[in-house]
Amino acid sequence: MEVLELARWQFGITTVYHFLMVPLTIGLSILVAAMQTRWVRTGELRHLKMTKFWGKLLLVNFAMGVVTGIVQEFQFGMNWSAYSRFVGDVFGAPLAMEGLVAFFVESTFLGLWIFGWDRLPKKVHLACAWAFSLATMASAYFILAANSWMQHPVGVTFENGKPTMNSIWAVLTNNTALAAIPHTLAGAFSVAAAFLVGVAGWHLWRRGDHADVWRSSLRLGGWVGVAAFAVLAITGDTQGKLMFEQQPMKMASAEALCHTEQPASFSIIAIGDVAGSNCEDVKTFNVPALLSFLAHNDFKTEVKGVEDLITEYQAKYGTNYPDDPALGSLAGKPIDYVPNLPVTYWGFRMMIGFGAVSAGIGVLALWLTRRGRVPGSRWFPWLVLGGVATPFLGNSAGWIFTEMGRQPFVVVPNPTGVDGVWMFTAQAVSRLTTGEVWTSLIALTTVYAALGVVELYLMRKYVRGGVDAVMPPKKPDDSDKPGEDTLAFAY
Amino acid sequence: MSLEIAWFVVIAFFWLGYLFLEGFDFGVGMLLPVLGRDNTERRVMVNTIGPVWDGNEVWLIVAGGAMFAAFPAWYAGLFSAAYLPLLLVLLALIGRGVAFEYRGKVDSDRWRRTWDRVIMIGSWIPPLGVGLILATTVLGLPLDAEGNRVGSAFAAIRWDTLLGAVAIAAFSITHGAAFLALKTSGDLRERARTLALRLLPIAMVPVVAFLSVVQWRAGTLWTLLAFGISAVAAVVAWLRLRADRDGQAFAALGVVIAGAAVVMFGSLFPNVLPSTLDTANTLTIEGAASSPYTLTVMTWVAVFGAPAVLIYQGWTYWVFRKRIGTQHIPAVHAP
Repeated sequence: MEVLELARWQFGITTVYHFLMVPLTIGLSILVAAMQTRWVRTGELRHLKMTKFWGKLLLVNFAMGVVTGIVQEFQFGMNWSAYSRFVGDVFGAPLAMEGLVAFFVESTFLGLWIFGWDRLPKKVHLACAWAFSLATMASAYFILAANSWMQHPVGVTFENGKPTMNSIWAVLTNNTALAAIPHTLAGAFSVAAAFLVGVAGWHLWRRGDHADVWRSSLRLGGWVGVAAFAVLAITGDTQGKLMFEQQPMKMASAEALCHTEQPASFSIIAIGDVAGSNCEDVKTFNVPALLSFLAHNDFKTEVKGVEDLITEYQAKYGTNYPDDPALGSLAGKPIDYVPNLPVTYWGFRMMIGFGAVSAGIGVLALWLTRRGRVPGSRWFPWLVLGGVATPFLGNSAGWIFTEMGRQPFVVVPNPTGVDGVWMFTAQAVSRLTTGEVWTSLIALTTVYAALGVVELYLMRKYVRGGVDAVMPPKKPDDSDKPGEDTLAFAY
Repeated sequence: MSLEIAWFVVIAFFWLGYLFLEGFDFGVGMLLPVLGRDNTERRVMVNTIGPVWDGNEVWLIVAGGAMFAAFPAWYAGLFSAAYLPLLLVLLALIGRGVAFEYRGKVDSDRWRRTWDRVIMIGSWIPPLGVGLILATTVLGLPLDAEGNRVGSAFAAIRWDTLLGAVAIAAFSITHGAAFLALKTSGDLRERARTLALRLLPIAMVPVVAFLSVVQWRAGTLWTLLAFGISAVAAVVAWLRLRADRDGQAFAALGVVIAGAAVVMFGSLFPNVLPSTLDTANTLTIEGAASSPYTLTVMTWVAVFGAPAVLIYQGWTYWVFRKRIGTQHIPAVHAP
């Protein structure tokens, strides 16, 4: 394999892996802060127990999210240095802002929250929980603004062969970002919600101690999951409409739409190879005119198919890669403007499908636990615990679809933007030896796999461990003198 | 001062913040098997940095991010050229970060020993790697006209960059010992203080040697002055430790690293990544910088963001200002 492919595999693996941890951290931190708020307001021990139990799981997960995040930031310079040079003027800014404005807050206040139970007054301690959890959302905002710029570059002019930022405001309020942010955050909440439903549902079904804790957690998770799905559906629709304008090839591929149709029908599922040379061979089950509606809000408009788009792209961005030795075996070769069709087609369906299944399980769990009922069926624990995986799968599929759907571009040309502001992925990669990238790919994958096993083991252990006997924290001791009491929390 | 130069200073400041702050928490990790005689003592050590190590690490993330935003060509050139050292740093930081969180999560000696080892290795590699990378950017690399590395994957690994690596690691372990003297009580504190007294003179050998190389090759009069201040501060740190004034000794060590950062980045100025192949290929502040607009935006963010960070991180250190000893460590609790 060449450096390009290795670097792409590394980016894909590290990104999907990082994004297994991040949504749970975001969703759970907000929910834990909400639980602690209820405890501070009502003084009911149940809410403190909830805070402590879910907080512990949050921390096990948070550690992995942080450490895999550093890789994300550094690999732009390591593996994608040509990209970094090209886009640094605009892409670096939201990334640096994330660190300076959000991540500093997140990590500092998390430390205060974990260790501050006996050092800070109740309300200050609660404020730390909120500072931490809101900062995780701010982090997501800046990162998504950066990613959205790659999907739809705005706020720039083209000078000396590079995009030059002329409006940070345009970059931070990119319509692509404004649609992606609520969608991604809702995805994060559906992960946390399914986690609550799964873990609490299992404990409730076992009829052990602390039924009140499990019931409240499950009901909270169920409602949050359903609400998150509503937001996912609405924002997903907005994103889709934007994508038809901004990245028509991505959407045509997501639909395996070969030829331009008017009105266009929406494909629910396909039988046969969607990437086959002859699209007519593929049987898809269609809903007539629905795609036109999804794309343009009416049932009649034309939607462009892959074949016609290829001609358009070739006219605008060329038929062949430049004959530059930096492009390796792609130098001078024809450009393939169609992203990997099976991945885009099925990725899109898996994203929606798993999201819907996850919400369905939430609804079912709410129904089965209505008015104090305790579910007794044998399949219930399997259902809710299996349900934990569904939004993770949906999120991963969504990201794979988004990122692979924009190939062969790393910076997708903005149809209404400035000429020159786009870049092929093949041009973005660093001048490295394959040995270097193999080393990092293997090392990172191995370490990630090993740590994944450890995290799952610890999660399982702490989930089974259940709720500790919890005492309300002592009055904070704010003196300088070292006390004789043991610390409320210590590693 | 132009915005480009201001950002060069800001980035030097972020790197200094990183070397100063995570320097001591690396030192604590390095000393874990040396000073921690039993599990309780090791827990005391880990808990001295428990609430702050994560915030300290963000200084690295921000230093990297700020280089990306303000000097993309510097970020791209240095990070791709020093690929393997940087990879090792990342792997070490990954292991170390989860190790703090995980080491107490299972009540088994084997489990704890494993994670202690990860903490120890994960605390040695990053200062060595970051030292090597900073030494590389100061002393230069064989770079072609596009700013790409010429030569093998090991082009960044030379005797002079290795000296930089050893210097930063030596400083970190000493800084960690001084921090432990400041933050612990009882027997552990006495041992930490004694060790810091012994380590300091030894650690200063690679530090002085590396700074001499830098000063000799590219130094100016004012970097020489900073070098002098650094050396005096090292002596002060030793004397203050001997006089039982841990806090002052720790602060003096902070002056040592601040002086060292001035020597390093001052010698680098006005370049950001010199080419040892041809000076025409050298990346300069001017040539590597982002547009004036981007730098203006980033300046506004930094003007409001950076002081806020200093305030709330300072507050964190205040909240957790108490010394801790073995008597404060709660019983192991894992399901």
